[in-house]
Amino acid sequence: MEINTPALEVHNLTASYNRKPVLWDIDFQLPQGQLIGIVGPNGSGKTTLLKNIMGLMEPDSGYVNMFGQKLDDVRERVSYVPQRESVDWDFPASVLEVVQMGRYRKNNLFKRLTARDHEIATQSLEKVNMLEYARRQISQLSGGQQQRVFIARSLAQQADLYLMDEPFVGVDAATEESILKLLTEMRQEGKTVIIVHHDLQTAYEYFDWIVLLNTRLVAAGPKDDVFTSNLLQEAYGGRLTVLSRIGDLIAKKDFPLRESDFKEKEGQGDG
Amino acid sequence: MDKLLEFLSFQDPNVRTVTFGTIFLGMSASTVGTFAFLRKRSLVGDAVAHSILPGIAIAFMLFHTKNPFVLMGGALLSGWLAMLLIEHLSKATKLKPDTAIGLVLSVFFGIGILLLTSIQHSGAGNQAGLDQFLFGKAASMTRNDLIAYGIVALILLITVILFFKEFKLLSFNPDFAEASGLPVKRLQFILSTITVLAIAIGIQSVGVVLMAALLITPAATARPWTERLVVMMVLAGIAGGLSGLVGSYISFAAPNMPTGPWIVMCLSFLALFSLFLAPRRGVLARIRQQRQNRRKILSENLLKSFYHLREHNPETLAFSRGEILEKRAFSEVEYKTALRHLRRHFYLIPEGSNWRLSEKGYEEAKRVVRLHRLWEMYLTERMRLKADHIHPNAETMEHIITPEIEEQLLRELGYPETDPHQSPIPYPKH
Repeated sequence: MEINTPALEVHNLTASYNRKPVLWDIDFQLPQGQLIGIVGPNGSGKTTLLKNIMGLMEPDSGYVNMFGQKLDDVRERVSYVPQRESVDWDFPASVLEVVQMGRYRKNNLFKRLTARDHEIATQSLEKVNMLEYARRQISQLSGGQQQRVFIARSLAQQADLYLMDEPFVGVDAATEESILKLLTEMRQEGKTVIIVHHDLQTAYEYFDWIVLLNTRLVAAGPKDDVFTSNLLQEAYGGRLTVLSRIGDLIAKKDFPLRESDFKEKEGQGDG
Repeated sequence: MDKLLEFLSFQDPNVRTVTFGTIFLGMSASTVGTFAFLRKRSLVGDAVAHSILPGIAIAFMLFHTKNPFVLMGGALLSGWLAMLLIEHLSKATKLKPDTAIGLVLSVFFGIGILLLTSIQHSGAGNQAGLDQFLFGKAASMTRNDLIAYGIVALILLITVILFFKEFKLLSFNPDFAEASGLPVKRLQFILSTITVLAIAIGIQSVGVVLMAALLITPAATARPWTERLVVMMVLAGIAGGLSGLVGSYISFAAPNMPTGPWIVMCLSFLALFSLFLAPRRGVLARIRQQRQNRRKILSENLLKSFYHLREHNPETLAFSRGEILEKRAFSEVEYKTALRHLRRHFYLIPEGSNWRLSEKGYEEAKRVVRLHRLWEMYLTERMRLKADHIHPNAETMEHIITPEIEEQLLRELGYPETDPHQSPIPYPKH
């Protein structure tokens, strides 16, 4: 399916983690202005995909475009929410300080934040209903509150495309509801939100589009096209045996995933 | 006392140099070390400190001088090399980071000792004093050294202030920094460089072996006292500076005492002090909290026994010690402690040799019983536990449920009349 200026295009992306291939030739395009879930079982490579998209890991082959451009050219339009557990919350900082980190940019290196930055940070905190916790130490927050702080920090970046890694993990029902409400509002403002999500039960309810992943791309499209019993069975029915064996072998032999002249090029066919 | 006054008057220019030098070095190492501590890079700091030795030795062998800038250059290079090597080894081989750190530390340090020994035996004119880099010898600091280290310390401080917010984000969440388009690689390079520099000058006062203490201990000392990074850094700087002052005083007052080890002793003392006495995180605060919990549990249990007795004998109000102990087996000490506490707060009022609940005590007892029975309801309704399994759990939880949680329990359970055992849930009098 071709989409006009996709919010995100992942092209033939192959990536490995600890030298073991975890993503094989992932290729899809996602439209703007939708809530999109990247869904798959545990260990299906969802977080690795997100990190490759955000340039935090180097893919073995393939490339990623956002709004038809390279990430470096559209940094300010893209915002990333890492997994809550990826940081040590016992860090000496307040809630507001963490949200203000969303305003740290290349162009204000070793400058102080402006009044406008402070204004945006405060408003972002208000959007996630955490204003009363602004001065609270982050080490004293509950899981749901930590998640909302991360989302507020991302909102403070005022992006058009948001990529969030498991924002619904370990949050209480009330937080889940308020995050969802916020996401719906963001869609109404024309933002694109891509969410890594492991829970199949809620995925259909939350998202407009779904990317089904299990080390390879099973399907990507509007949720009604993707949520078929066949495709779900394919994604959740275990990994492809041959693929896993090849992956193990590649890790063991330290074998290259691509021959050097095939890194970014289109496959030209045999011969 | 005279010694202390003489020391503090700083009449002796030598004493002045040494003291200001150690204070400077202590402060700059602990300020920069705060980031190493928060990034959980303490061991890397130790490895880098040890790895600086061969750099100093080689710089001396090449240029035959003890000029601080020349030696610092060598130190910087080999410290940097060690840091890169640790990173590369844990990334490119199957070695775990702790192995890589240990390996680099011992190999570099070994080479350093080897070179040092050979310099000493070569009989080069001014080799004397190079071994002082092992354990440090602040006492031999010259005016020129002081100026050199002062300049470096100033550069470190300015760098930290300039990049403060970036270093903060880098320490808290490097992935987010990179995703935001910050030049993370370059920032990391700067942070690593100032860390190596702080170590390179710090070894003058405490030596490579003890350097990790000067880098990390002040941050660890400061951490439990504050939740603000700026304050933490200032406190760490004070701890580092103070230790420098104390260390140089001791070696001044007792001339055969080495400065470096005393600086580290002082730091360790401060760290222990902080470990025990810090509010909330300290050992003492936790012991106090646990004692408070025990007393709360005990006295609320006694209160509850009075309530239960009254529930079963509605016409009696005052009960004897024997009746209470029959209801619940308190030990002698427990009974006395709890009684004293309840009496002091007028929850219990004496009546002859018996005791009865005051109006206030009755309401408080009702609250504890209510929480117990509400929690039992919650366990059966929400967690589907069997009625004969819920009592022990509720027995503890009744003491910790806050008014806010009680409010939520009441709402979720719809203000129930009775608990799963059909005992009435007592509500406060309106």
